[in-house]
Amino acid sequence: MWDLCSNALETSRLRGATYADVRLMHLRQRDLTTKNGEVGTLAQSESIGIGVRALANGAWGFASTDRMTRDGVAACAAQAVSIAKASALAKRDDVVMAAEEPYIDSWQSPFRKDPFEIPLETQIALLLAADAEMRRIKGVTLTETGMQFRKIESWFASSIGSRIHQRKVITGCGLGATSFQGEEIQKRSYPNSFGGQHTLQGYELVESLDLLRYAPQIAEEAAALHAAAQCPEGTRTLILGGSQLGLQIHESVGHPIELDRVLGQEANFAGTSFLTLDQLNKLRYGSDIVNVVADARLEHGPGLGTFAYDDEGVPAQCTDIIKDGQFCGYLSNRETAHLIGLKRSSGTMRTESWNRLPIIRMTNISLQPGKWNFDDLIADTDDGILMETNRSWSIDDRRYQFQFSTEIGWEIKNGRKTRMLKNPSYSGITTEFWNSCDAICSREHWTLWGTPNCGKGQPMQTMGTGHGASPARFRNVKIGAAFANQ
Amino acid sequence: MSRARKRSKASTGSGGELLPPAEVRRIMENILRLAKSVGAPQTEVHLDETASALTRFANNAVHQNVAEHGVHVSIRTVMDGRTARVTTNRLDEDSLRAAIEASLSLAHSQPVDKGLLALPSKQRYRAVQRFVPATAALTPEDRARAVRKACDLAVRNGQVAAGIFSTSQTQSAVGNSRGLFAGYRDTHTTFSITMQQEAAASWAKANAASVRDIDPQGLAHRASEKARMAAGARELEPGRYVVILEPAAVLDLVGFLFYDFAATALRDKRSCFNERLGKPLFGNQITITDDVYHPLQLGAPFDGEGMPRQRVALVDRGVPRNLVYSRRSAALARTKPTGHGFALPNEYGEAPMNLVFSGGDASLDKMIASTERGLLVTRLWYIREVDPYEKVMTGMTRDGLFLVEKGKVTSAVRNLRFNQSILEMLRNVEMLGPAVRATGEEAFEMVVPAMKVRDFHFSEVTKF
Repeated sequence: MWDLCSNALETSRLRGATYADVRLMHLRQRDLTTKNGEVGTLAQSESIGIGVRALANGAWGFASTDRMTRDGVAACAAQAVSIAKASALAKRDDVVMAAEEPYIDSWQSPFRKDPFEIPLETQIALLLAADAEMRRIKGVTLTETGMQFRKIESWFASSIGSRIHQRKVITGCGLGATSFQGEEIQKRSYPNSFGGQHTLQGYELVESLDLLRYAPQIAEEAAALHAAAQCPEGTRTLILGGSQLGLQIHESVGHPIELDRVLGQEANFAGTSFLTLDQLNKLRYGSDIVNVVADARLEHGPGLGTFAYDDEGVPAQCTDIIKDGQFCGYLSNRETAHLIGLKRSSGTMRTESWNRLPIIRMTNISLQPGKWNFDDLIADTDDGILMETNRSWSIDDRRYQFQFSTEIGWEIKNGRKTRMLKNPSYSGITTEFWNSCDAICSREHWTLWGTPNCGKGQPMQTMGTGHGASPARFRNVKIGAAFANQ
Repeated sequence: MSRARKRSKASTGSGGELLPPAEVRRIMENILRLAKSVGAPQTEVHLDETASALTRFANNAVHQNVAEHGVHVSIRTVMDGRTARVTTNRLDEDSLRAAIEASLSLAHSQPVDKGLLALPSKQRYRAVQRFVPATAALTPEDRARAVRKACDLAVRNGQVAAGIFSTSQTQSAVGNSRGLFAGYRDTHTTFSITMQQEAAASWAKANAASVRDIDPQGLAHRASEKARMAAGARELEPGRYVVILEPAAVLDLVGFLFYDFAATALRDKRSCFNERLGKPLFGNQITITDDVYHPLQLGAPFDGEGMPRQRVALVDRGVPRNLVYSRRSAALARTKPTGHGFALPNEYGEAPMNLVFSGGDASLDKMIASTERGLLVTRLWYIREVDPYEKVMTGMTRDGLFLVEKGKVTSAVRNLRFNQSILEMLRNVEMLGPAVRATGEEAFEMVVPAMKVRDFHFSEVTKF
C-alpha cells in the first residue's frame, strides 16, 4: 500500500504539485435488518481505492480512483495536479497551510469483540428475538431492528513525510416499534432513533444494549402514545434526554463552529454560520454551566469522531468550544487555522471514503457533564416537560432558529414525572436556548452518542460524529409550535 | 479476470471514461459463470460505474475541484428460499470468487423466507437515450472558465458567489443467471449558484443530461438580481399566508411524498395513503404520474431486479389511485409488478423515482399579479417530517423570501419557519405553472410546476 501512496506523491511532485497528500482506504461494511419478524437487509460490501489531493499553482485539485495499479494511481495523481492547475484559473488567493509535523504511526481503535467474527446466525437470532418481543405488544403495526458493522483501514501519506496507518471498527445497533391507529402514526425507538446507538466499538456495544429487555417497553410506549395527551403549547421548562440533547449539540453548536461554513465555503449548500469571526471570545453562547469541547482523542470515549489523526495528518486534539458559557473555538484545518490566529489546525479534516476530499467535520462535540443527579433534577422541577428520543430536526442555514420534535414526552409536576405526552416539540434561537440552561446531569448520566448520518459537502459526504451529553434543563422554552394550528 | 479496461473514445472530461457496454456485459457474464462454478443456484449481478467531476466555488473563487472514477459489482445469490448481497469494487477473479462465496455464506445463515421469489427471466425494455457526449467531454478548464465568468459578475455587482458546476457519466447494468440483462448509461450536469449581498442571498440551480440545456451565466444573473432584491429584509409576523412557491420549493416539499406511494409502505402502515386510496385527498388540479420515460426525466428504465419500469398514474385529479410494486409486493397484493423495486434484499420494497406532476399555464408573473397579499418563496431548506400521517413537514425558507402586495413584489422578508401538511397544501392550490424539471437540495429531481397556495402555515421567524 505504501508503494502506491509513494507513487502517487512522486507523480504529483513531478507534475508540479508543491504539496500533495493521499488516502488509500479499504472499507468493509455489514448491514443486517429485520422487519415484522423477517430478515430485511442482509448485505456486505467492501470498497478500496485511493484519493490524491494536490496543491499546484496555489490551488487545490483532487482525484480518486479504484484502479489500484502503479499506472492507475499515477494517472489519478496526474489528474489531481491537472485539476489543481485548472482551479488556479479561478483562484483568488494562493492556499496557505499551517505548519504541521510529519508523523509515522500506526493506530488501531480498541474493541473487545470483532463483529465480523461473531456468527451471523447469532446476530440474526438476536434481532429476530427482539423483533418478536415487540410484536407481542398489541397495537404495534411495524417492528424493525438492525445492526451495522464497519471496518475502515486507511493509509495516509503526505509530501511532508507523514505515513499514518489507522484501523477503526464501528458498530451500530437499534430497534423501533411503530403503531398506526385511527389517523395517527406513533413510533418509539431504542436506544436512539435513526438506527440506534453507533460507536467506535466492537460487538460489545450490541451486548451492552440488552435489546430483549427494552424491546417490549418501547413497543408498549409506541402503542400507548395514541391515548396520551397532546403536548401543550406555551413557554415551559424543558428537560431533554441525553440522546436528544446530543442532536441539539450537533445542530446548534457543532455545525455553526465549522470554520469552512463561517468563511462562506458552504454557502451554496450546507449554509453559513451566525458565528462570524468577530464573535470569537466575545459571544455569550450559553449560561455559565455550559462547557462544550471538540475532542477527537480516545480518552474522550469511543465516539464516531474519535481517531488518532485526521485525514490531513494532524493528531487528534481537544479544543474548547464553549468555556463557562463563552464562545472560544472553531473547528479548523491547515488551510483556515491562520484566519483565526492559530498556528496549527485543530485536526478536524475528515473524509467519508477514498473518493471524497477531506473537509472540516465535527469530531466528538460534547457538552461536559454537570453536577445533577437525574432524579434530583426531576424532583427540583415544579412544572416542566421531559422530551426523549428525536423524531424530527430542522434549523435554518445560519444555525439560529431550530425546531425539534421527539418521540415521547412526560409532564413533570411538583417534582414528579407524571403523564405521557404525545407529539412533543420545542423551538428557539440557538444562543437564547443555551443561555437558558440551568442544570446539567452528572457524568454517571453522560453518554457519548453517535450520529452516523451527518451530511455535508458537494459531492455530498456522510460522516459519523460523536456527541457526549447527559440530560439537562432549560427554562422558558417555546413548546408545541410544530403541532399548533394544524 | 483482467482488470485492464477498454475505454470508450467519446468522453474524457467528467472524471474519466466509462467501460464500453460490451466490456460491462463480459464482466457480468464472467461473474455469473464463476457463481455457477462455485455452486450458486441462482445469481444476480449489478454493475455500477461513475465517472464524475465537480468544481466548487466560494468567495468568488474556486476552492475545491474534484474528480472520481469507480466501478463496483454487487452479487446476490439465491438458494433454498434465502438470499444475500455482497458488493465489491475489486474485480480480480479471486476477489469476485470470494464475494460470491461470502454471499452464499450470508444467505445460508438466515431462516428460510417462504415469500422469496425466484429470479426473473429475460425482459424487454423501452430504449432511452440520455448519454450526451458534450456533457461527458466537459473539462476542468471549461468548468473553471464558466465559474470565473459567474464570479466576475458577482464582483461587478458587489456580491459574493458560491456554488458548483458538476458533470458526471454513470452506467448501471443488471443481469442474472436466468438470462435477464439490462444496461443503461447517462450523463448529468448541474450548475448551482448562491449570490450573497451583505446579509442577503439568493440562489439558482439547474440540472440536465445535456450541458447545452443549462445556462450558467443566465443562472448567475438570476441569482444576482434576486440577491439585490433580497437586501434589506424586514420581519413579518408568522401566520397563514398565500404563497407562490417556485418549482424548487415545490419539489423539495412534495418530494417527501415519494415513498408513501410504495405498496410496501402501505402494507407496513407507514404511508399517508393508508385508508385513503380512492378518496379525494388533494385538489382536482393535482395529477401525479411516475414516468421514467418523460422527456424531462432521467434514470434507468428498469428496477433493482431488472424489471421494466412502467408508467404509473398515481394520483388522478386529486384522488390517489395507484401504487408502485416490486415483484414481491405485487405477489402479496395479487397484482403485476410495476418495475419500481429496490435491489434485494431490502425491507423497503419499492418507490417511484420519476414523479411528474401535471402543470398549468400560470406564469410566476401571473401568480404575483393575481395576489393581493402573499409571499414569493425561492427555496426551502432543512425539511423534515413532523407528522407522518398528515404529512406535516417543517423547514425554513432560504435565499430569497419576498412580500407580494397588490400584485407586486414590494420587499424582502426575513426567513420563516413553516409547519405545513403537504396534504393540506395540495388541497389549497390556486394556480399552477408549467411543469419543469426542478432541482433542489432535499429531494431528487422531479418534474413539478410552480404553485400558488393559500393558507400556508408559517410558525416562527428567524433573525435574517
